[in-house]
Amino acid sequence: MTKTISGIAASDGIAAAKAYLLVQPDLSFEKKMVSDVDGEVAKLKSALEVSDSELSTIRDKAVESLGEEEAQVFDAHKMILADPEFTGAVEQKIKDDSVSAEQALDEVSKQFITLFESMVDNPYMQERAADVRDVSKRVMSHLLGVTLPNPALIDEEVIIVAEDLTPSDTAQLNKKYVKGFVTDIGGRTAHSAIMARSLEIPAIVGTNVVTKEVIEGQSVIIDGNDGDFILDPSDADLVKYNKMAADFAAQKAEWEKLKNEETRTADGKQFDIAANIGTPKDLDGVLANGAEGIGLYRTEFLYMDSAELPDEDSQFEAYKTVLEGMNGKPVVVRTMDIGGDKHLPYMPLPDEMNPFLGYRAIRISLDKQDIFRTQLRALLRASVYGSLRIMFPMIATIQEFNDAKAIFEEEKKNLIAEGTKVSDNIQVGMMIEIPAAAILADQFAKVVDFFSIGTNDLIQYTMAADRGNEHVSYLYQPYNPSILRLVKNVIEASHKEGKWTGMCGEAAGDPIMVPLLLGMGLDEFSMSATSVLKVRSLMKKLDTTKLVDLVDQAVNVSLTNDDNEKLVTDYMNKI
Amino acid sequence: MESKQFNIIAESGIHARPATLLVQTASKFGSDINLEFNGKSVNLKSIMGVMSLGVGQGADVTITAEGDDAADAMTAITETMSKEGLTA
Repeated sequence: MTKTISGIAASDGIAAAKAYLLVQPDLSFEKKMVSDVDGEVAKLKSALEVSDSELSTIRDKAVESLGEEEAQVFDAHKMILADPEFTGAVEQKIKDDSVSAEQALDEVSKQFITLFESMVDNPYMQERAADVRDVSKRVMSHLLGVTLPNPALIDEEVIIVAEDLTPSDTAQLNKKYVKGFVTDIGGRTAHSAIMARSLEIPAIVGTNVVTKEVIEGQSVIIDGNDGDFILDPSDADLVKYNKMAADFAAQKAEWEKLKNEETRTADGKQFDIAANIGTPKDLDGVLANGAEGIGLYRTEFLYMDSAELPDEDSQFEAYKTVLEGMNGKPVVVRTMDIGGDKHLPYMPLPDEMNPFLGYRAIRISLDKQDIFRTQLRALLRASVYGSLRIMFPMIATIQEFNDAKAIFEEEKKNLIAEGTKVSDNIQVGMMIEIPAAAILADQFAKVVDFFSIGTNDLIQYTMAADRGNEHVSYLYQPYNPSILRLVKNVIEASHKEGKWTGMCGEAAGDPIMVPLLLGMGLDEFSMSATSVLKVRSLMKKLDTTKLVDLVDQAVNVSLTNDDNEKLVTDYMNKI
Repeated sequence: MESKQFNIIAESGIHARPATLLVQTASKFGSDINLEFNGKSVNLKSIMGVMSLGVGQGADVTITAEGDDAADAMTAITETMSKEGLTA
């Protein structure tokens, strides 16, 4: 029986394959005393042996399909499995307490996990806690006779079905065989969604039910354009979706032709489409999609992917690589945005009731100035290798911007005094994420070189709705007239002072937002690299002179998010 | 029985890579090898034991080895310690 499950379309594309359920089996067990202690020890030993040989197989496969580095995690697992303090303790516990192998394993591994997790100042140990948990799960699965999913062993085309996908899950996937993701939870900004867009494979998130509805190996179709997931498609469905997939591929080929073209609207106005990146590795995608710059370099990954604070030289290398790679095209670097949902294991932040309203981003930078100064010095030193622009995240007051800018100027002077060359043409701007800054944009515009609007945060703060909270996800309303008024205010304020405004949130690549933003005169649109060509193609069809009325309607007449979605959809259908 | 004291100078103490290498070195030998720190003693062939001690910079640790190849084991461990920059 064909069945369709709907969710949030998170990454474009259409694919048909078998479903692969990346779901943890039930590893619960009954606690009971055992009389046959030797039998339990033998059971443990055999589970350890099977686990070890399984890990060897997975490791070899992983080296082949993912590379040596990704496979190293399995070496760490094997080392734990061979650790006499660990397995010995489990065996001892069976003998001393006359408990089952399952219970002994569970208790001993929990002791180690608790111990390692309590070492909060040591990120390496916290990772080992995750390793112990993984190894213990594997041994437990063999004790219980259930099967763990082993994504590293996938060797045919599949569509991954999971509750959610973590970065470590996706690290184990062989990208060659993964044709799409479908998850129970998450939104367009979930890790799995971002991952899918960077891999250019379709994804659907937030289906709520998919892991309960799908059977392993079932034939499925994923339509990431509309968010439909079809189970047991009929032959007619397959024909229809194959045609859609072919059309989509043809469309992509059409977009591909725009790669080396400027971004121009139907009335000949030029705009910049830039890309968002997290690490220098993302440059390939930026160049392959013909972006006209980088509108957001999220430097927090430099801090998050490291076991300690990255020093000036390692930061300098990263910035230099990006600036050189872009070959003179502008690169907007956002200074460290830690806090909120992003944490550094080596820099514990206070537990807060409302981390998104708390100690994060520029608030940390202005407080822990040594970290901030190191970053600014690295940026200044790299500035001679390209066209660098710097922006500060989470600015709420003029004072914060002025303080941050003063530190920047001080470090610039220091470096020049030390005889280091720095560019004298670095624009310094700020993110507009906090409504206070959006409202006072006319005053901010006098002191900044540019604005960049971060829509996800601006929406969450304006609507007072945590973007990670599913119960209030309906308040994520990018087209709400309140949000559009703030955006319009910011753009106009910057233009009055001869400055420019970009947007680096999800909304900049949203086909409903693009006509509105063009009509408001937004100067730079920064998005996932994979959206660049699609948006460039869309802009070619739009005439900015005719969009003024549309903006007026959206901002002054419409009452709701839905009104505006309909307004723009109707407009687009007419042209 | 072989016994030797080491003063750990590495900034982050015995963790991550050096711990792994110490365990790998110790595991090559048949002797019973222990690491003592702060009144606690762990099996040097156990990665989890070694790391759970949380040996930091400036710590004085004692390594003991007992068995046929104890002397060779101690030589190899001393070498690993200095190669990994744990000791001066």
